[in-house]
Amino acid sequence: MSADAPTPPTALDLAAAVRDGRTTAERAVRDALDRIDALNPRLNAFVQVFAERAIDDARALDARLRAGGRAGPLAGVPVAVKDNLCLAHGRTTCASRMLEAYESPFTATAVQRLIDAGAIVVGKTNLDEFAMGSSCEFSVFGPTRNPWDESRVPGGSSGGSAAAVAAGMVPLALGSDTGGSIRQPAGFCGVVGMKPTYGRISRWGLVAFASSLDQVGPFARTVGDCALALSIMAGRDPLDATCCDRPAEDFAARLDEPVRPLRIAIPRQARGGGVEGGGGNHAAVGAALEAAAAALAERGAEVVEVDLPHAEHAVAAYYIVAAAEASANLARFDGVRYGRRAALREGDSLEDLYRRSRTEGFGEEVRRRILLGTHVLSSGYQDRYYLTALRARRRIKEDFDRAFEAGASAVLMPTSPAPPFRLGEKTDDPLALYLEDVYTVGVNLAGLPAIALPAGTAMLDGRALPVGVQLIAPAFGEARLLRIAHELEAALAFNARHAPDEPRP
Amino acid sequence: MADAPRLTPEQVRKVARLARLDLPDDQVARAAERLDAVLGYVERLAALDLDGVEPLTHVGGEVNRLDDDVPAATLPPEAVARLAPESFGPFIRVPKVIGDGGNA
Repeated sequence: MSADAPTPPTALDLAAAVRDGRTTAERAVRDALDRIDALNPRLNAFVQVFAERAIDDARALDARLRAGGRAGPLAGVPVAVKDNLCLAHGRTTCASRMLEAYESPFTATAVQRLIDAGAIVVGKTNLDEFAMGSSCEFSVFGPTRNPWDESRVPGGSSGGSAAAVAAGMVPLALGSDTGGSIRQPAGFCGVVGMKPTYGRISRWGLVAFASSLDQVGPFARTVGDCALALSIMAGRDPLDATCCDRPAEDFAARLDEPVRPLRIAIPRQARGGGVEGGGGNHAAVGAALEAAAAALAERGAEVVEVDLPHAEHAVAAYYIVAAAEASANLARFDGVRYGRRAALREGDSLEDLYRRSRTEGFGEEVRRRILLGTHVLSSGYQDRYYLTALRARRRIKEDFDRAFEAGASAVLMPTSPAPPFRLGEKTDDPLALYLEDVYTVGVNLAGLPAIALPAGTAMLDGRALPVGVQLIAPAFGEARLLRIAHELEAALAFNARHAPDEPRP
Repeated sequence: MADAPRLTPEQVRKVARLARLDLPDDQVARAAERLDAVLGYVERLAALDLDGVEPLTHVGGEVNRLDDDVPAATLPPEAVARLAPESFGPFIRVPKVIGDGGNA
């Protein structure tokens, strides 16, 4: 296939075709498996592929449809699931030695709702271990590569899901976003990625990283597919007490209706690179941001500048809060109840077992964050670090509140200050990698919904790489957010593209 | 802005102990350096005037919700024990914790 090969169908189109009998679920699944076979050896987006089972499931669905059964809104659509979401078959590894052999006894609610809507899970995708990373390089399975340029990272932590959609392997994939882990890889891979409001989608079956920040969300090539997936996954789950109790909404129903009046706010800080002492935005990032603003302005939006005075403190507050919560959440991996257990020596105590199992099971970046989190929560440091970060967190949230109270329909920002970097370029400098998250972490600290979509390209070493922007809305404002994103998508005409197929070593 | 005090090797060892992670002597300096880099960066928060600001622990406006007390199926004990690296029947095997079993 060449770069001009026909674009694979969207989830919406594919489900409609299956429903109308123009294709079958088996055909759709086989097409996905063929592309995975062809491209995955180079990209390493999938860490497990359930070929036989997916074909069996597809055939069973086709048989039910032939017998007059009702076709769900995702009938026959192959989907990929980030490997920190539990599935009752295969393994749930979190890309960690700790869980290399772990088989979950249940399926995450978000995944189950897609399956109940007719989706077929074809495999699990790569991530930074326990979702801690921004490059998809910290994985026991090795790095995922960016389909647009295989010498570069796909972003992270949900890099496998972003690459799978960008390469046209599947039209829809799930990720999780704790500090940008959906939006940044969506930006790096040129796809649409959505982080819903904190509490919008059940997290039952999502392996916890930072519980006050984590949220499940979709990757797709169009805003419409994200809206469809959100409609299916959102809503109360008795198994997750943090999941909101709101009536179901069809987020896809009014997508074509523009939001008017439309006021788009660009943070002053987002034009300057986001953080004091940072390197500023790459020129292509600034150009994509202004192109997105101009496209909406041309359609009648009012574009204003806002001040988010605490935005430059978001990375500092985030890395304290996230590490603190991670150190508590990951305490459960003790070599006793599940996961890896170190070989015992004669006379070893239970504590020896804990320590050796954890040291063997966790990779370096995860251990680093556990140490950081343990330190900021330890006696004598809690006020200096943890409580200070939580106070800053309130200020960061209030900045966004003020922008919306002043009439902003959405805030527009880059997804990251620079285009995809090279594999290995930042693995040795954790702080440099953390600073990549300057535009994404504030949204998690404030609990807001945001959607990333491609808005331009950067030419790097003679290759075009995607550049993303994100739109941010008030809590539970997904319906309007998706309508704005849909209008921007149409205005930029960048949608539904996928990465070129030819090998790009 | 005040610089973060650098962590001493003893402090780093203590944090590792609290986190139940082994930290061999030849890794202490590197771990300290990495932690210092991040802690030095987050010191920037000290520049903010946060007096009287209530820590934001939870962004959701939702309040506690009580579910009805309805019995429902749970995983059978054997299925849970099977997740453990070493189990027999519905039990999980661990090193001895009473008597001479160590200080855990």
